[in-house]
Amino acid sequence: MGRNEEGEHIRVFMLGWEFPPFISGGLGTACYGLTRAMDQLGVKVTFVLPKTVESEYVTHVKLLSPRSCKTPGSHRSTDCDLTNVIFKTISSPLQAYATPESYNERLEESLRLRAEMGENQTGDDLDRGGDYGGDMYREIRRYATMAVRLARSEQFDVVHAHDWMTYPAGVAVAAVTGKPLVVHVHSTEFDRSGEHVNQVVYDIEREGMERAHKVITVSHYTRSIVISRYGISPEKVEVVYNGVERNGSWSVGEASIKREEKLVLFLGRITMQKGPEYFLHAAKKVLDVMDNVKFVMAGSGDLMYRSVELAAQLGIGHKVLFTGFLRGDDVRKIYQMADLYVMPSVSEPFGIAPLEALDNDVPVIISKQSGVSEVLRHALKVDFWDVNEMANKIVAVLRYPPLQMTLRNHGNFEVRKLRWKDAARQCASIYEQLLVPA
Amino acid sequence: MPSVCFYFQVHQPMRLRHYTVFDNDQRYFDDYKNAAICRKVANKCYLPANRLLLKLIEKHRGRFRISYSLTGILLEQLQMYSPEVLSTFHALAQTGCVEFLAETYYHSLSFLYSRHEFVEQVKKHADTIEDLFGQRPKVFRNTELIYNNELALLVEAMGCFDAVITEGADHILGYRSPNFVYRPKGCKHLKLLLKNYSLSDDIAFRFSNRHWVEWPLTASKFSQWVNAVNGNGHVVNLFMDYETLGEHQWEDTGIFEFMRHLPEEVLKHPDNNFKTPSEVAASYEPIGEVDVRHMISWADTERDLSAWLGNPMQSNAIHELYRLEKQIKRANDEQILSDWRRLQVSDHFYYMCTKYFSDGDVHKYFNPYDSPYDSYINYMNVLDHLQRRCAGSSIQAVPRPSRADVSSMSVAN
Repeated sequence: MGRNEEGEHIRVFMLGWEFPPFISGGLGTACYGLTRAMDQLGVKVTFVLPKTVESEYVTHVKLLSPRSCKTPGSHRSTDCDLTNVIFKTISSPLQAYATPESYNERLEESLRLRAEMGENQTGDDLDRGGDYGGDMYREIRRYATMAVRLARSEQFDVVHAHDWMTYPAGVAVAAVTGKPLVVHVHSTEFDRSGEHVNQVVYDIEREGMERAHKVITVSHYTRSIVISRYGISPEKVEVVYNGVERNGSWSVGEASIKREEKLVLFLGRITMQKGPEYFLHAAKKVLDVMDNVKFVMAGSGDLMYRSVELAAQLGIGHKVLFTGFLRGDDVRKIYQMADLYVMPSVSEPFGIAPLEALDNDVPVIISKQSGVSEVLRHALKVDFWDVNEMANKIVAVLRYPPLQMTLRNHGNFEVRKLRWKDAARQCASIYEQLLVPA
Repeated sequence: MPSVCFYFQVHQPMRLRHYTVFDNDQRYFDDYKNAAICRKVANKCYLPANRLLLKLIEKHRGRFRISYSLTGILLEQLQMYSPEVLSTFHALAQTGCVEFLAETYYHSLSFLYSRHEFVEQVKKHADTIEDLFGQRPKVFRNTELIYNNELALLVEAMGCFDAVITEGADHILGYRSPNFVYRPKGCKHLKLLLKNYSLSDDIAFRFSNRHWVEWPLTASKFSQWVNAVNGNGHVVNLFMDYETLGEHQWEDTGIFEFMRHLPEEVLKHPDNNFKTPSEVAASYEPIGEVDVRHMISWADTERDLSAWLGNPMQSNAIHELYRLEKQIKRANDEQILSDWRRLQVSDHFYYMCTKYFSDGDVHKYFNPYDSPYDSYINYMNVLDHLQRRCAGSSIQAVPRPSRADVSSMSVAN
């Protein structure tokens, strides 16, 4: 599996994103899971990612800061289990899930920080690809230029780009090197913005998909958006479901103390796409018939303050807790406390979080407008707008332990069947198809 | 000498409507859906099959004989939605060649949870059959052919039955053949008729399967298999859902043509005949005793109760249901009693089965819910409402259980 026509292991130039836990959302998680599984298959991966100069953290793969080398950072990881992966960073403030607005805010902040740190604004790394001032679109183009420069010194068979900000880089690298391009759609502008589509983003996405030799989507749900909204020909679009990294315990009957108060969890970015207001409206209805419940919204996002206000407005402010963005151990802790996880997303290309919840023995209610509802049978499903039904199901799970038990046991078992290994195999076989000489 | 004994199970559940925790009325059932399904099945199966079998009975002048078990819950729906089906059953009854069997009126699992309720339902069913068709059932079959020694003892003790029917499961028979009449262990008079599942399933399940080596199955081929029993069996019990004819096996599979020719093909052999279950019981003496300690049924490959009681939701729902019995009967309200009994129909629990859910298998075809979880939630909401009705508590527009209610619920579970 995963060999090119000379019978050697396929080499992939992968344009991806920072791995967890330093990123919110599923994109980094997916990049990590997929890359790790490919590594185990023996696929050689050159993993290229944007990295800000002033990153205040060091990841577990020990990325070199671009400042410490003249060319964009290169480092074969040694202290983690990835043996076939080489990481390359390109100095750039691009971040997964950024929007043009949030990008500007962030950039200002980072420029200010740098000024405070007394850094030379015209330092080495900046004159290479030009200053990364300007707007996000310019930065995306600059990132593409940098990626091409980097690609010239690399050997690979195929280019694989994850989500829209890396598509121009993927297109450019493929064009310069003549290698086939795979774009991996983890979300579309329609998921993120509903019908208020940002035309520039849409155009970038469409161009990436059009120029790609294969488009991978994370669900049939997303595949149909790619076909109907972007006009991509169906035979070019393939579905590869995400997996889940197992780290949950295998313990079945948890011995936790029977708490008087039940806890219903929303975990994710608090943005339009995730449907926070439906969660709150359902919470209101649940509280009409049940007293001993608390609702926790774990995450941050541009609708956070509006959600706090809405909770107050609905008169359930005292029953809804906002934790802000959680990472690492705190996520595990909140899962341990939760009786139920609800994902009321308005449009969710896949949705890894419910799989993690099930992996942590928490039963889930997921929106039918999600990719993950295609692969999970042992989950409760609702239309995101049907707050009555959402509340009905929340009440049932909280009231009837046998329901919770059955969902948990079957769900936990089902999750074990969704493996990154299979996703990596599918990707490798897509590469192989592309490498067969025409 | 084999006698061919046909028994058709005729049943339609009364499906619940979508009922949430916020609903607060006594309309639990989906009248629209139930009517639509009843009429659809009537047109595809009940009417054409009844007419065909009536014709065959007339044609063979008493030599073609069959039996039915009609559930009470089906008869209620036929009366409401398809009375013409009832009149064709009535016409069949008039021929004298058709026997009607006894079962629990509500196609329930009451034998497992309340002997008292079980006996009441069997009586109610027998009364209804006698009213409608002028004959009092003499042979008993339990819901889904659920059976063990105790059931046989209870049926014998009821004093009005000659025989009881169950599945000819391999693990109760061992090397023995289902093609004889047996005696249930511990019984003195009652006889036991066992389904020949191999020949029954050839018609009920495999008939239209093009990958089956015997496809296409013709009446003459099937009759050869019946003839082969000659000399090593007395009776071939062909027990199946009536919906096999036209609903499970669609008309275009040729199932009606097969049935049209089956009687003449079987009767070509001079030793063969058709008998109803009572006639089989009267004609043949038991050749041995069958000991069934554990519950069996005719469901799935397991032939056990796991399709209805295999997971914690099913077991919780049914225990909560029967826990209400005393309360319901004390309430002395016909409507409450009837609603409670309609909630006993075994299909409600079948919908909650998670056994084959992951594979999206046969169970799906019969299931009005998207998932077993939806089915459980819906059922529990209805049951909860019924319980509150029964408790006589005035139910407010928005039910708001007190803190005490909620905590007692979690303790009970």
